[in-house]
Amino acid sequence: MTVAAAEVVHVSRDEYVAKIQAYKDDGYVMCSDVCAVDYLTHPGRPLPDGIAAERFEVVVNLVSFDPVRRVRIRTQVSAADPSLSSLFDLYPGTEAMEREVFDLMGIVFIDHPDLTRILMPEDWEGHPLRKDYSVGRVPVQFKAPADTR
Amino acid sequence: MRDTTTERPAAETSEGAQEMRPRSITTPAELGRELGAVLRLPESAAPVEDDAAEFTEDETMIINMGPQHPSTHGVLRLMLELDGETVLRTKPIIGYLHTGMEKTAEELTYVQEGTNVTRMDYLAPLFNECVFAMAAEQLLGIEVPPRATWIRMLMCELNRISSHLLFMATNGMDLGALSMMIYGWRERETVLAFFEKVSGLRMNHDYIRVGGVAADLHDGWEDDVLDLCDNLPPRLDEYDQLLTGQPIFRDRTEGVGVLTREQAIALSATGPILRSTGIAWDLRRDMPYQFYDELDFDVIVGSRGDSFDRYAIRLNEMRESIKIARQIVEKMPTGDYRVQDKKVTPPPRGRIDQSMEALIHHFKLFTEGMKVPEGETYVAIESPRGELGCYLVSDGGPKPYRLHMRGPSFVNLQTLPTMMRGGLVADAVAIISSVDPVMGEVDR
Repeated sequence: MTVAAAEVVHVSRDEYVAKIQAYKDDGYVMCSDVCAVDYLTHPGRPLPDGIAAERFEVVVNLVSFDPVRRVRIRTQVSAADPSLSSLFDLYPGTEAMEREVFDLMGIVFIDHPDLTRILMPEDWEGHPLRKDYSVGRVPVQFKAPADTR
Repeated sequence: MRDTTTERPAAETSEGAQEMRPRSITTPAELGRELGAVLRLPESAAPVEDDAAEFTEDETMIINMGPQHPSTHGVLRLMLELDGETVLRTKPIIGYLHTGMEKTAEELTYVQEGTNVTRMDYLAPLFNECVFAMAAEQLLGIEVPPRATWIRMLMCELNRISSHLLFMATNGMDLGALSMMIYGWRERETVLAFFEKVSGLRMNHDYIRVGGVAADLHDGWEDDVLDLCDNLPPRLDEYDQLLTGQPIFRDRTEGVGVLTREQAIALSATGPILRSTGIAWDLRRDMPYQFYDELDFDVIVGSRGDSFDRYAIRLNEMRESIKIARQIVEKMPTGDYRVQDKKVTPPPRGRIDQSMEALIHHFKLFTEGMKVPEGETYVAIESPRGELGCYLVSDGGPKPYRLHMRGPSFVNLQTLPTMMRGGLVADAVAIISSVDPVMGEVDR
């Protein structure tokens, strides 16, 4: 009944690729998802000891077919330098996912072969899923009531 | 002449243009990288072909297919590099339907969220609602009553049938079997009629909600489901005769758009695309959620990884879903259809007139929403298109802090360049159709 709980691992930015390489060698053959969270307005989230909270967090989901298991890898990415190595050479399937994260969250994936906008128009400014990016409003033109006099 | 603007990192430019880089500015080494990018394979695994020497720019032609093209299933644009009629490079360009649903999600409460997520994969809306509800329930730490879970499974399996029926219709139409188009829509209508009876809506139901489902099944639902289960199999046999036994259909799909196991895994493909390559991976069986471990069903796998296998898998998955639906009718328990937790479930309408407390709970739930404990979770279920995942982060407030949907169509689209390479333009239509992308989910 209950959903199989995935293992959650925190890795630092420096050992991001090396750790994921180790998971790949351990049988996690598929990268099912890459996404990012902007914790700008929620800085005090609970994290294990030794992990310093940063503004961004990149979350990678890996799947192993045999044995059947999942792992979720969370990496802190600082606001001053929002960049991370690309996983493209390990998992080519992350190509579109990393582009999506770059497009909507503005995290640069170093050595990504084709890091361009994927969902937003290519001349769009800003990264919409960041918390300091407002939802925006459609301008509405209100007309003054017709002069009845 | 090298264009220096292309050498700067994308972050410093105008974010780069979503276009293919011309061959003239790419050295063979860079082209290998480009091939890697377009083929979605790492440089080391990309086929070492000296394309630059083989083709010059004069011989190849870049042609845009879409975004307005009936066979691209919505607003999908493909840039095809052609040598005569042979496809060399392909680049899917998406985003034409992007409406920022993940951003919208952060502005809606957990009560309102169902109406948002249901519009992502509009051919399988119940799966979106289901995965979101399961993620929210995991953060809330509540267990829904068994009947609610069984109702969810029933609705999802019927939704799988209706989604695959639409695939049958469009796949037939794309390949010239126009009568299949009519048949597929006709049978899908019978399933949608059942959905309308249960939820009041044919699509975008908002039926599966956090804490259970919106309403109990109507009286006599067993007969409706069993009618569907009796009427559909003969129709499926008809499709089998009409398409499987048809030489033109087979010629156009067999050996077209072949994907190997290694490629499918490397490209993170899931669902019928992964299973067509011979890998029996179905989250319902391999990572059982809900009560799928109590049911008896087969995971359909292919062997060649071509368009025909993907068609055959979907046809037989419908038969399996019918089998599952029959078992659910037998096993459906009695009991409550939603959790009795006043902070999650709105009180029944009648109570509001009698009880002040019920009125307050109703008001608080619909204005403020439910408070979901701080945390993050990822839940994945098997949608008709593959692994549908929901990554949900809560900061303890009544609105999701971040909602990310892992859309199977979005990821599966990455397999197109690999499947298309070396094929004909005419086959492109068959290949897109066999991936069965739903652009609402790709662009979100």
